[in-house]
Amino acid sequence: MPTVSVGRDRLFAALGKSYTKEEFEDLCFCFGIELDDVTTEKAIIRKEKHLDEEGDENDEEVIYKIEVPANRYDLLCLEGIAQALRVFNKQQEIPKYTLSDVSKDSMLQMHVKPETSSIRPYVFCAVLRDISFDEASYNSFIDLQDKLHQNICRRRTLVAIGTHDLDTLQGPFTYEALPPSHINFVPLKQTRDFTADELMEFYKSDLKLKKYLHIIENSPLYPVLYDQNRTVLSLPPIINGAHSAITLKTKNVFIECTATDLTKAKIVLNTMVTIFSEYCKRKYQVEPVEVVYADGRSYVYPDLSAYNMEVSLSYINHTIGVSLEAEEVTSLLNRMQLHAERSASADNQWNINVLVPPTRSDVLHPCDVMEDVAIAYGYNNIPKRKPASVKPLALNEFSDLMRLEIAMNGFTEVLTWILCSSKEISTMLNRQTDKSTAVVGNPRTSDFEVVRTTLMPGILKTIGHNKDHPKPIKIYEVGDVVLLDEKKDVGASCRRRLAALYCGANSGFELIHCLVDRIMEVIGTPFVPVGDDTGYYIQRSDEPEFLLGRQASITHKGKHVGTFGIVHPEVLNNFDISDPCSFMEIDIENFL
Amino acid sequence: MAEEAILGYLEKNEQISDSGNFAAERGFDHNDVVNVIKSLHGFRYIDAQDIKRETWVLTGEGKKYAAEGSPEVQLFLAVPAEGSISKDELQKKLDPAVFKIGCSQAGKNKWVEMGKQVSRKVQNVEDKVKDLLLQVQNGHALSKEEISSLKARKLIVPQTWKGYSVRKGPNYAPKRKKAATDLTRENLQKGDWKELEFKEYNFNAKGQPAEGGHLHPLLKVRKQLKDIFLQMGFEEMPTNNFVESSFWNFDALFQPQQHPARDSHDTFFLEEPSTTRELPEDYVERVKRVHESGGYGSRGYGYEWKREEANKNLLRTHTTAVSSRMLKALAEKPFAPKKYFSIDRVFRNEAVDRTHLAEFHQIEGLVCDRGLTLGDLIGVLHDFFSRLGMSKLRFKPAYNPYTEPSMEIFSYHEGFGKWVEVGNSGMFRPEMLLPMGLPEDVHVIAWGLSLERPTMILYGIDNIRDLFGHKVDLGLIKRNPICRLGIS
Repeated sequence: MPTVSVGRDRLFAALGKSYTKEEFEDLCFCFGIELDDVTTEKAIIRKEKHLDEEGDENDEEVIYKIEVPANRYDLLCLEGIAQALRVFNKQQEIPKYTLSDVSKDSMLQMHVKPETSSIRPYVFCAVLRDISFDEASYNSFIDLQDKLHQNICRRRTLVAIGTHDLDTLQGPFTYEALPPSHINFVPLKQTRDFTADELMEFYKSDLKLKKYLHIIENSPLYPVLYDQNRTVLSLPPIINGAHSAITLKTKNVFIECTATDLTKAKIVLNTMVTIFSEYCKRKYQVEPVEVVYADGRSYVYPDLSAYNMEVSLSYINHTIGVSLEAEEVTSLLNRMQLHAERSASADNQWNINVLVPPTRSDVLHPCDVMEDVAIAYGYNNIPKRKPASVKPLALNEFSDLMRLEIAMNGFTEVLTWILCSSKEISTMLNRQTDKSTAVVGNPRTSDFEVVRTTLMPGILKTIGHNKDHPKPIKIYEVGDVVLLDEKKDVGASCRRRLAALYCGANSGFELIHCLVDRIMEVIGTPFVPVGDDTGYYIQRSDEPEFLLGRQASITHKGKHVGTFGIVHPEVLNNFDISDPCSFMEIDIENFL
Repeated sequence: MAEEAILGYLEKNEQISDSGNFAAERGFDHNDVVNVIKSLHGFRYIDAQDIKRETWVLTGEGKKYAAEGSPEVQLFLAVPAEGSISKDELQKKLDPAVFKIGCSQAGKNKWVEMGKQVSRKVQNVEDKVKDLLLQVQNGHALSKEEISSLKARKLIVPQTWKGYSVRKGPNYAPKRKKAATDLTRENLQKGDWKELEFKEYNFNAKGQPAEGGHLHPLLKVRKQLKDIFLQMGFEEMPTNNFVESSFWNFDALFQPQQHPARDSHDTFFLEEPSTTRELPEDYVERVKRVHESGGYGSRGYGYEWKREEANKNLLRTHTTAVSSRMLKALAEKPFAPKKYFSIDRVFRNEAVDRTHLAEFHQIEGLVCDRGLTLGDLIGVLHDFFSRLGMSKLRFKPAYNPYTEPSMEIFSYHEGFGKWVEVGNSGMFRPEMLLPMGLPEDVHVIAWGLSLERPTMILYGIDNIRDLFGHKVDLGLIKRNPICRLGIS
């Protein structure tokens, strides 16, 4: 996206209103340009020179760097941006650009020699009469040429612009292609004359110009423009002649665009003349020039005619997703500098007749018109239509992520029964009967007496039944336990737990400890000193199912969430396990 | 020995009030006693409280005098009981330091007559200094005056004495059990686990780092995004084709051949294989026409479209190249609506810096259906981005060669306190869709963003190279938490 630097105060003067930075940013946002940076001329120079010292910002003119869409060549200078925003704000009518009424006989002529076709076949010209520059508008005029050269002209390969003080020249002009040695003139900013081949050598050391030399360097003929007196206007796309250089005092500007791309040359010429015709005595009026080719074809440029596009109202409404009346659409389009009128189509539907002005080369298709309606209506005012979609269940998605993490730490997942015998959750764990246990009333066997309150028995039974499995064994389970819960309608609720066990020649207590740390790390909770509620900490505990001195409770953000420890040898014995084990169990619903 | 004494004493007594006295009374070295106390305290057999005392110890000089006598006495004894001795001779008999100090002290005490000849003034002297030094050495208390006189002569220095007062601890037993660090299989087999006493475990420090594998943060985010797309009913496009032709990457998207993105400054073109071998010719013809002169209601770009440009192979600059192939394939069958997504690598010929890489991941979603509106696009974007935790969105008009309207997506970032651009979106242009052969009322809404940017914001990473590529910090990958995008 190209960026245009404009003086803030001059811009606000042109907009007839001062904005705060935020207000201006909002305006830009709605229109589709962006205030990229706020700086000053001196700050830019300081930055270029890599100087660090601060300037007195208050003394310096504030520069707004504005990013504009790459296809809006009409916004590449302050005048264009200001005009577009004035029209958008309904402060100004859309300008009507006209050609001045010059008779064919008195019209300036540009004669094109056939040799040019081999190197740079097209030329387009126009005249801005009675123009008044001030320093700012003059600089803007020069900057716009540079911006166009860098963007649409693709670094002058497609189009090169030359601007001249017409009063120093005499038409008719010729556009020729000659061997370099035959071209001789004083180029801009030089005091002596050069032949074209000398000049190419000379510019090889010119940082700005050397990058354009390749465009014609290898051609036997160089393109060149002359006036009636064989004064060289320019050697496109390299340099203009010094003779016809424009100045602040120039009254009549002759503009020529030489090109290899016809469409883009027209756009470039139109952009130059439409924007700067604002400064002509007859505002928005441009004097045409006749371009005559050797074969007799002749064209009058610039072509400022509007392009007529018919767009159906229903297409606009149905594509944006609104139902606007034809009048609303036409007034919205007017704010985007598009002349629009409604007209009835054959099937009693409204059509919108759009006159696309020469400044709006970006409008190619009715969809571009539709977009302008949407922008003027406001993207953020368009009612949204929510598509059908589903949301995942956070608890189960989270559980799955945790399962993956534990498996990645080398633990194998087991899936055990929810139901168990009453003693497996009490005496076999050295515990009293848990009062918050949901009890089955009609168990078929003692295996199904209660709903588990902990994942521990299932895991221990798994170890007990895998005596022959090589040690160490590392297993885990993520699953629900049921606890009595007065807040629930039925009086009991599930809690999601994560349990893991290590079994080997020694207890692996430290390994289970580091798994606890890892679980906290993957949920992004930091380790903190005891008592700090911003993370987790671990303290000695005294639970009967674990061995004293090798067990601890886990506190997460001030809440007890689980325990870990070496399984008590009596508990191991109860579950017929002959190897030491360490076990952890943690309530992961707290981590959601 | 000391351990048994301490534990045994405490069995009958409330406390040991001073480890120093305790050691002295029983003839233990105090340092040994201290070590035992520390160890027993560690296992919580006893509770030990620090006690401190100021004591005095002899300096090197002090020790010497305690053994050999004070200089003044040495000097006095060197002077004959009767008569006198020349000063020079006296000096030869004594150590120079002893002579010097002895002269001044013995003179001060008026024990001797000092001159060229030295003679006794008294017949007997007492070596009080030596006596005092010996008392200090034996730990006896001295009077203040005595201390200051020795201190002034730099014969003693103060020393802090540390000891403990000791009571029974929570794990007190008259005899220490075997200290263990872990429960072993052997303990279970022998049944001696009941005797085990564990060394105190430090729960105030983290455990060892876990041994395990870790997934890459970026791909964890990708997995969550994939799930989000699936929940929204999107189907994944096959994107395993990095090498693409300019035709599918640009021309099919109505991106003109002079567009800056097609410069070698922005795109990696291939030297080998340099050109595509085939393209669908009738479609190419329609694309050429729409670029050159329009059609389908368009003016076209009005330039001479070159097949050579379209044939040039490149590394795809966006996954939209895949979208264009998928939409073309869709157009060849009777129309059925589709929702597609992809998350895969794209390539840009860019300078690598803190925020840019020459390759990154593009997330792309598109919906192709009859009668889709800009309202549908805004709706789907709200659905998608709210799942990423961005529910406050607004849209800015923008330009993109293949979408019209085009909208930049901005999200309000609470942390930054401002609106940040989070992606691009739009409706594909008719000049792109109609040459493919899609029905005229079929609209395609699409959006794209990079995978890296939201990931960097999510994890607070400000240098993209820390996240992706070989300069990544492995520690960051290991420490990285699970990605909860789309699940809360």
